Amino acid sequence: MAGYLLIESRDPLESRDVASHFYDLAAGLARRGEPVTLFLVQNGVFPARRRAQAAALDAVARAGVEVLADDFSLRERGISSDRLDPRVTAAPLDVVIDRLVEGRKALWH
Amino acid sequence: MSKKILQIVESGYRATIEEQDDTVVWFTHAIKGGGAAIAVLLRGHAVNYGVNGQDASGLAFGDKKQTQPPDLAGDLARLIAKGVEVHVVEEDLVAHGLVATELIPGLKRIARSGIPELLGRYDLIWHW
Amino acid sequence: MTTKKTLAFLLMDAPYESARTTTAFRLVDAAIRRGHDVSVFCYEGAVALSFAKQAPHPNAVHGRDLAQEDHPNPKDWIAALAAQADRSGAKLAWINCGLCVDERGVGEVVSGVGRGSPVDFWKSAEAADNSLVIPTKG
Repeated sequence: MAGYLLIESRDPLESRDVASHFYDLAAGLARRGEPVTLFLVQNGVFPARRRAQAAALDAVARAGVEVLADDFSLRERGISSDRLDPRVTAAPLDVVIDRLVEGRKALWH
Repeated sequence: MSKKILQIVESGYRATIEEQDDTVVWFTHAIKGGGAAIAVLLRGHAVNYGVNGQDASGLAFGDKKQTQPPDLAGDLARLIAKGVEVHVVEEDLVAHGLVATELIPGLKRIARSGIPELLGRYDLIWHW
Repeated sequence: MTTKKTLAFLLMDAPYESARTTTAFRLVDAAIRRGHDVSVFCYEGAVALSFAKQAPHPNAVHGRDLAQEDHPNPKDWIAALAAQADRSGAKLAWINCGLCVDERGVGEVVSGVGRGSPVDFWKSAEAADNSLVIPTKG
């Protein structure tokens, strides 16, 4: 299985579509047994702040999606490592390149 | 063998008057013409592109009239006629109050829950 | 040593309008630093990223003159990425959608930027190991 890389650049509070479409898609793909990485970048990292939007990431986390957040975007928004939701891992943007060269099908939202 | 490509279109009516096209539907026509193995999934308000009776004609700015308004439903119908599968998300049709009789023929309705399986059929997914 | 791969990106955003532009440049930079070959196809507003007549400006709000403000112009970022590609042993191809260039009047582009059509992006994606479309939003 090629697996998927879903890059979410938007805040779920900005658009209902983020959770109802993109997070939901990530969970749905993972439930089919595919390796799925949800990479949060830009304003998409806001749910990574602990207690911010805990419910938004619930379905994604339960489905076994790897949730990463761009470390630059986190720092840019003052979300320090001690304030990170435990279900999210800070990661360099290089991981996107790694996943692309692995052959993951890549979608940007 | 060409890679199988699925174009997911969710943004509707963005600059369609200035461009006289939806630029992603237009892009799809262009690469289909070049030989691409391509399909389309319309979601969100882009499902409205399949509605009959859209009419953007008649605009004028001063004495500058627009003579070629976009024909979004027609462009989709022409894609279908070229053999491109155009899928539309069922729940988004319902959310927009659309019934089958209002739509151009040939659209393939798909439930949101079926999207993961659909994505599995393609090598590349270009999400616009 | 990383195995060299080829990646194709499509960008849509005009300069100075979206954080997506910065992220896209970061991705291209990351890829070429790892020695991967990259092709970038600029569609719609993104064709202005390479417009040769971009000019920096001072910033009176911050009391910075032209030199102090050191305001970025994306055309210089493109040139810097091309230089980085040379240093990293990678290839960087930067192609604008020709019709998008024409309708925006941004035909004067910096050295090394080419002109093409959506078919060129499709061909680059066919040849590449992977591709990513970074769409605009409106």
